Amino acid sequence: MSGLNRLGLLEARTLLRRREISAVELARACLAAMERGRALNAFITETPERALAMAEAADARLARGEGGLLEGLPIAVKDLFCTAGVRTTAASRILANFVPPYESTVTAKLWAEGAVLLGKANLDEFAMGSSNTTSAFGPVINPWTPPGTEPGLVPGGSSGGSAAAVAAFLCPAATGTDTGGSIRQPASFCGIVGIKPTYGRCSRFGIVAFASSLDQAGAFARSVADAALLLQAMAGFDPKDSTSADLPVPDWVGELAPRVRGLRIGIPEEYRVPGMPAEIETLWARGAEWLRAQGAELVSVSLPHTRFALPTYYIIAPAEASSNLARYDGMRYGLRVRGRDLVDTYKRTRGEGFGAEVRRRILIGTYVLSAGYYDAYYLKAQKVRRRIVEDFQRAFERCDALLAPTAPSAAFRIGEKSDDPVAMYLNDVFTVTVNLAGLPGISVPAGLSAEGLPLGLQVIGRPWDETTVFAVARALEEAAGFSAVPPRAVEV
Amino acid sequence: MSLDKATVARMAELARIALPEDQLEQLVGELSGILAWVEQLAEVDTEGVEPLRSVHPIRRSWRADEVTDGNCREAILANAPERENGYFVVPRVVE
Amino acid sequence: MAWTIRGRTGEWELVCGLEIHAQVISKAKLFSGAATSFGAEPNTQVSPIDAGMPGMLPVLNGFCVEQAVKTGLALDAEINKVSIFERKNYFYPDLPQGYQISQYQHPIVGRGRVLLDLPDGTTKAIGITRLHLEQDAGKSLHGAREGVTLVDLNRCGVALMEIVTEPDIRAPEEAVLFLKKLRSLLRYVGTCDGNMEEGSLRCDANVSVRRLGETRLGTRCEIKNVNSMRFVAKAIEYEARRQVELLENGGIVEQETRLFDAAKGETRPMRSKEEAHDYRYFPDPDLLPLELDDALVARLRAELPELPDAKKARFVREYGLSAYDAGVLVAERAAADYFEAVARGRDPKQAANWVINELFGALAKRGLDIEACPLPPEALGELLDLLAEGRISGKIAKEVFHEAFESGARPRAIVEARGLEQVTDVGAIEPIVDKLLADNPAQVANARKNPKVVGWFVGQVMKATGGRANPELVNDLLRKKLGLG
Repeated sequence: MSGLNRLGLLEARTLLRRREISAVELARACLAAMERGRALNAFITETPERALAMAEAADARLARGEGGLLEGLPIAVKDLFCTAGVRTTAASRILANFVPPYESTVTAKLWAEGAVLLGKANLDEFAMGSSNTTSAFGPVINPWTPPGTEPGLVPGGSSGGSAAAVAAFLCPAATGTDTGGSIRQPASFCGIVGIKPTYGRCSRFGIVAFASSLDQAGAFARSVADAALLLQAMAGFDPKDSTSADLPVPDWVGELAPRVRGLRIGIPEEYRVPGMPAEIETLWARGAEWLRAQGAELVSVSLPHTRFALPTYYIIAPAEASSNLARYDGMRYGLRVRGRDLVDTYKRTRGEGFGAEVRRRILIGTYVLSAGYYDAYYLKAQKVRRRIVEDFQRAFERCDALLAPTAPSAAFRIGEKSDDPVAMYLNDVFTVTVNLAGLPGISVPAGLSAEGLPLGLQVIGRPWDETTVFAVARALEEAAGFSAVPPRAVEV
Repeated sequence: MSLDKATVARMAELARIALPEDQLEQLVGELSGILAWVEQLAEVDTEGVEPLRSVHPIRRSWRADEVTDGNCREAILANAPERENGYFVVPRVVE
Repeated sequence: MAWTIRGRTGEWELVCGLEIHAQVISKAKLFSGAATSFGAEPNTQVSPIDAGMPGMLPVLNGFCVEQAVKTGLALDAEINKVSIFERKNYFYPDLPQGYQISQYQHPIVGRGRVLLDLPDGTTKAIGITRLHLEQDAGKSLHGAREGVTLVDLNRCGVALMEIVTEPDIRAPEEAVLFLKKLRSLLRYVGTCDGNMEEGSLRCDANVSVRRLGETRLGTRCEIKNVNSMRFVAKAIEYEARRQVELLENGGIVEQETRLFDAAKGETRPMRSKEEAHDYRYFPDPDLLPLELDDALVARLRAELPELPDAKKARFVREYGLSAYDAGVLVAERAAADYFEAVARGRDPKQAANWVINELFGALAKRGLDIEACPLPPEALGELLDLLAEGRISGKIAKEVFHEAFESGARPRAIVEARGLEQVTDVGAIEPIVDKLLADNPAQVANARKNPKVVGWFVGQVMKATGGRANPELVNDLLRKKLGLG
């Protein structure tokens, strides 16, 4: 059967359960698509043997009428999740040959539900970036890059490989992580759905840490329902992560419906940032109108500290990162570059092992924590962060969910903005607030730019209320009827 | 605040990152730009505001005092750049 | 304790505070499920969490928290309802994460105090500044091969309590008394075994000096590695004298870390002028603030045993022991318990004498702890009963004690098996006395003139009966027969 790589998770699940297709066939189709789509550079490591072995085992379980939530469904995993026996690089030279002896909790849950690992997806080095251009394994190409365009468009970041792979039909779904927008922004750039749940919903155990108080795992898929299904398998309390919440995971897939009647949807005034492109503003207004037409009430809300979110983020995230990345020192695993002595070995290992953006952030983080500057930077940022959290608490007294653009632009070209870190950081202007407040957020493809590139709308919910987020997202999805296919989509 | 070369070099020393001279020059500009930008935070009145410590109130979960891990030397040493007789081998530490 | 250094230019006073690292008694580490036992093969008690592997996260061992609270209560200290784990960032091969998880601005235990019994009979309080929980580092082995260091992470992540005192110590001996008292308290509450040889109790001393009468503090040096009771006083005294000499010669004390070299009995600077430390402490985002509820603290308080100060007071009050004897008995909880088991229903002073003199002596000779005592308290009690019943003499009792201690046999059984019971039967002793008097007419004459010579006859009877004859009975019999009435 051809075109199996284009099936979504739920479609494929139905066919698998009916035994109309096999997990092995499905995995083979995706592996073939991955091979054809290698020019996109979406994967750092492909795991065809493991995929087929897992698919065979899934077929055996399906034949016995058994199987989990994702039995036989192939997925890509961002190469930030540790996978036992499969090298995990975080797209860094310093971990280029690291093979974890343990499995992340999230991926362990996926395998327990019968999912099949296709490979480890490319990303920005240590998830630091908004364009997937900082990977030590080369940039990922956005499948929406028009033919003939060189050097190509970025897929967004940091989960660029995951987003590109799903958008180009290399796989039906993928995991990602989102620290400042790393799921939602690439989902928007690639025309797919990306959900970052509430901080604490998914375990961080076994995910290479970037900024611990902001990192959260989430899901990419081509439909809201598929994203809900994958997230459902990933989420849940984990005693191995002190910041994971001991709360039941609702049946998001079972309850999913485009239901917004009676919901109050907040439109945050401060998200109308100066210089926002008109087409983004139009898209946002159209999204609001779709929801109003389906029975939602629109309310204007204020998040007064919005403009301080990015500066707050660019203190807290580098500070945590500077400490989290101290363990990459060439002593116990990973790259070691020999120097004259111990200190020189440390410095050369880390100097050569980390790329420019990672080095930059470590230095900023080191500075804001250093003696004499801690209060002015780090402590101040944690105070402003509380203000930002309070902004959302007040807003959610007046509404049930917020609607905003996902990103201030469509995908840009590789190399653009790379010489100005601050310009690059501004990509996350609409997404970082959500991480700072630990809220669930989803990006849904809502239309195309004048240049024919996808644009996403973001729905932000109350803590632990992914259910409402999915419902609003489903309503947007239905109204948008987004069905455009990227020019570099792969057919098998 | 604008950084000088000495400060950036000191940060690189603290963070144990070797920086060639030309990179140092470039970083002084970049990092100064980032710092100038984040200093907008000074505008926010945070008088009496407690710094955020955890974003949601999460119930504590403590580990029981049981031996559930370890005894896996091979896994611990498997990725070591250099090992010997069950130890990690590292460049000599000068006291 | 009045202790001063008499320099060329006047008298100087010592000002000293201690920083103690006490390894928490727990099965598993502070943030991982790896074992903590001492002496395992290298890197066999290491979890990927301890090795700082990518994506690994700490989860707090609740029992270690309880241990810290118990210790805080034993130190008569404030228990902080909210404390924060922070990261202390620095690079070292035995620190896999690149930071140590410790507590900095908000420790779990605040101000407290420890009472010392000084030799002159007075007491002195040493203030406790704080107690916090932190991870131990791994172990580096130098010199196994040229140019390399071997790293063993077994100790990495083991829970430590860092206990910091106020600079209240004024004499080197006070530091020793403090350490002994602290060790005793830790062992009472069962939170640290206090074993300095195995490194479960480590001590650093902050030492400064000032002219007698001066109230400002001098510049201090931190002396590391004073890891035995024997060396604590030596190291502090050496350092204080060094500083006095330096100051009297017009020099200044530089704030620095110095190492005590036990072999040479001196301190020397530890690090050549390396970069100033900047540990960049910040709250560990992987861990929640450590919150304690009142119920937990109340339960731990209720579980606390009677502590040495209270026990000592009770021993004096209830048993009429001297303060000194009571102090000796309560230093170790097991010894105090042993004493009480022996004293129950018996003469407490006699029990105290036997425990302190005979038992402690025998244990010291064999290098045993009271926990490993081969003679159970019931056995010692049995021996004291035999004495009280007059069935054995004091001399025989000591003999029986040593035999029971060595062989583990019960005193009654020993006395019976060896026929050591005191002879109180006149019919058995009379023939011996008669023969003795008949054989020694000259001594008999002597004794009649000088009754002190009766003692000689008593000795001869004891000799003849292997010490078993009841000396009082023999004495009475002899006096009667010699007509001394």
